[in-house]
Amino acid sequence: MSQKTKIIEREEVVIRFSGDSGDGMQLTGTQFSDTSALFGNDVATFPDYPAEIRAPQGTVGGVSGFQLHFGHQEIYTPGDYADVLVAMNPAALKANLKWVKASGTIIVNEDSFTDKNLEKAGYESDPLLDDKLADYNLIKAKVTSLTRECLKDSGLDQKSILRCKNMFTLGMVYWMFDRPLDHSEDFIEKKFKKYPLVVAANKKVLKAGYNFAKTIEALPYNYSVAPAKIRKGLYRNITGNKATAWGLMAAAERSNLELFCGSYPITPATEILQELAARKDLGVKTFQAEDEIAGICTAIGASFAGNFAVTTTSGPGLALKTEAAGLAVMTELPLVIVNVQRGGPSTGLPTKTEQSDLLQAIHGRSGECPMPVIAASTPSDCFHYAFESGRIALEHMTPVILLTDGFIANGAEPWRIPKMSELPEIVAPIAKEGDEYLPYAREEKRLSRKWAVPGTKGLEHRIGGLEKIDGVGTVSYVPENHQVMSDIRKKRVELVANNIPELKVKGKEEADVLVVGWGGTYGHLTTAVRELQKEEKSISLAHFNYIFPLPKNTADIFSRYKKIIVCELNDGQFAEYLRSSFQDIKFEQHNKLMGLPFTVVELKERFNQLLEEK
Amino acid sequence: MADTVLNEPNIKKLSPKDFRSDQENRWCPGCGDHGILNSVQKAMAEMDFKKEDYAIISGIGCSSRFPYYVDTYGFHTIHGRAAAIASGVKCANPDLEVIQVSGDGDALAIGGNHFIHAVRRNIDMTILLFNNEIYGLTKGQYSPTSNQGMVTKTSPFGTIEEPFKPAQLALGARSKFYARSLDTNIKLTTAVVKAASDHKGTSIVEVLQNCVIYNDGAHSLITDKATKEEYQVIIEHGKPMIFGKEKNKGLIMGGNGKLVVVTIGEHGITEEDVLVHDAHTEDPHMHWLLSSMMAPEYPVALGVIRDVDSTSYDEKMVQQIADVKAISSIKNMDDLLNSGDTWVVD
Repeated sequence: MSQKTKIIEREEVVIRFSGDSGDGMQLTGTQFSDTSALFGNDVATFPDYPAEIRAPQGTVGGVSGFQLHFGHQEIYTPGDYADVLVAMNPAALKANLKWVKASGTIIVNEDSFTDKNLEKAGYESDPLLDDKLADYNLIKAKVTSLTRECLKDSGLDQKSILRCKNMFTLGMVYWMFDRPLDHSEDFIEKKFKKYPLVVAANKKVLKAGYNFAKTIEALPYNYSVAPAKIRKGLYRNITGNKATAWGLMAAAERSNLELFCGSYPITPATEILQELAARKDLGVKTFQAEDEIAGICTAIGASFAGNFAVTTTSGPGLALKTEAAGLAVMTELPLVIVNVQRGGPSTGLPTKTEQSDLLQAIHGRSGECPMPVIAASTPSDCFHYAFESGRIALEHMTPVILLTDGFIANGAEPWRIPKMSELPEIVAPIAKEGDEYLPYAREEKRLSRKWAVPGTKGLEHRIGGLEKIDGVGTVSYVPENHQVMSDIRKKRVELVANNIPELKVKGKEEADVLVVGWGGTYGHLTTAVRELQKEEKSISLAHFNYIFPLPKNTADIFSRYKKIIVCELNDGQFAEYLRSSFQDIKFEQHNKLMGLPFTVVELKERFNQLLEEK
Repeated sequence: MADTVLNEPNIKKLSPKDFRSDQENRWCPGCGDHGILNSVQKAMAEMDFKKEDYAIISGIGCSSRFPYYVDTYGFHTIHGRAAAIASGVKCANPDLEVIQVSGDGDALAIGGNHFIHAVRRNIDMTILLFNNEIYGLTKGQYSPTSNQGMVTKTSPFGTIEEPFKPAQLALGARSKFYARSLDTNIKLTTAVVKAASDHKGTSIVEVLQNCVIYNDGAHSLITDKATKEEYQVIIEHGKPMIFGKEKNKGLIMGGNGKLVVVTIGEHGITEEDVLVHDAHTEDPHMHWLLSSMMAPEYPVALGVIRDVDSTSYDEKMVQQIADVKAISSIKNMDDLLNSGDTWVVD
């Protein structure tokens, strides 16, 4: 392989690929992360793309990025700041320079730094010519012309030739991190198998990029990131949205029910519907509804008729589903509502992340209308919590809201593949022919009613959104009955606490500071707290996945710490909720509303400040 | 899931009484809904479905109380959404016989979107649309089918809105089955509900229904004994469109592309000149003309106006799943979890 002058061992490296949204940066990033995962590194990735499919070329608004973080140790986040930035044009440099570590490496496509592109990006002078980048290791590569030169005899037209230039940068980065090309070569062969010319061209350019980096000695040194110590097993990469879809399918299989998904496309939740739509082979029924309301309503209909029914959406869609969600509470039908949160309110920041639908999920319905709320915290654990949402919905005969967010939904990480036999069986309380049946008669432990599926002889019954008499289930406007039924609906959700695990703390059971988080901030909070724990700081982390009801030991855990700080990507909704649940405890807050995840740096700064305060 | 075998003749013949529930009926005395309920229960008993294989789904409004009064599986849902919920029921279990009940407000105002998309998808279910041209349960506001100028509580100076004609909306959404009946005509309503059920796909049955309290007499020209024979034409596939007390009026196609009412025996018109109804033709042109006829200019067309053969959404859904299952190597979740790019960590 290459002759490196100097090798620097690194625990972890962050690379950010960026370019125009048509430059193929998502594919380039995915290729590098797959190769690193195969090499044995732990990896976390995050794509960052504009909301517009074809945003104006060359502008900062049209920049598409893909960040990946790989390491010799466990990786929990896609990384705050990049060691290496690949910028395919001036706009990409402009948009991402602030995310490059001091003295980091920047690879630019020099050909794209034309007067026109500089102007589009809003540069007054060429940053490659002045001293603005003097503190970085700047690698200027004429990617466009080198690709063109390399493929001049390829038989491809100019447009197709230019499409190969992302492979040139991928090749360069492979050389810099001493990665083999074979995985990407295989990928190219499979992807373009119908177009041999395209296969040959992409492979040639990949190799050319690799050799170019070697020739110019793109780095005066070479990073080496040894494989991580990872639990044995069979692994695959998975995004949060795919894991969510698979978790729902797994719940259907373990409950022996058909899966029905009624949904309307919405960023960033659409991939769940797409993934389910692709799984006709597993009998999944997907229904692309005419709107968000029809999405949940078809699911409620399917649930009434005996399917495991789900609907998937993002914040504004959840608002539209509100009334129907109330119907599911009233009729006590199992249903999973997945909300992949994005920046709000209104259309807000569709492609950016936020955790600001928490109170909407817990409270946002007409009437006293409680339903369990569960949150996933990493791309791969979306599988587990989607499964759990299904388990709770079916075992307790209730709608459940599963919260994920744009960050974990689009992020990817290696995932140790479970065996289906490791997952618990889910037993829904289905009434059988010959059973004594009253629509609202309840079993004692969970106060759930039985599910009498249409088609079952002798169990004909009527349900609906009007208040019912407990037991017989006929319509009733009797004041005392409404109190009884309201109390039961509340109690039913409280009883879910008996069917979920207790909260576990990362770190000491008693300490000066307890960091509290929930959902998709897990990676950043874990990394920040671990780093401070390594510095012997008295700090622990309690991260919540079961939001409503809370785990039963929550109060006990909170009582062991001097200070508690609740960190979330909203204006303090979980803190508010905890204050109303535990009125004697003081909760500090750390919040951010920028459409971006926390950075480990900002969290450590805030925690240090809290640790030092008397 | 119950392993019921459907479409088998009932061993014990059911009667309309078997479909009466124990619920107290809360419709006003004299409401047209009573007649429709009787007709539907009669149709249900006469069809070859088991009692447990029916699912009746309604929205909100007077008509939407319907499921409470029928002893089978029923779901009284939320305003406007019955078509969507019924769609989910049918997809979840295509063996069920799904009947959706809505009023003109429920189906065409708040539920208009779900109505047209249900029709477009052609899911095999029957939509009973009770059209009384008024909001009854909220006590007398104009509906999307109220005639322009109608004075109601929310239009004290007369409505200034153009009303929907449900048939036109259905045809615009590419409906394959459309029938119309009257609340008072039990025989006809029973017959068209059965025909709707036989049709594979979304069947619309518009029942002109009288609200005795807030819009009494809305359809009186076609229901009153004195005038009904002149103002209604009951059409049947393959039969000439003849009506009138003396059975001497008929419909012919005029030179201007409009239907013309003629009298047989006058101006040399014979029975052979009268149009013969073709409900099965795919071209909706004549169905549009027939369903758009309004009294007093024309008789109002009743019966099965359109009944075109088609494959339903649920049939295609079931077929597609079977086809993909047959060719895929992924048979269960373990197969899926282990598919594609994976690697072993030792």
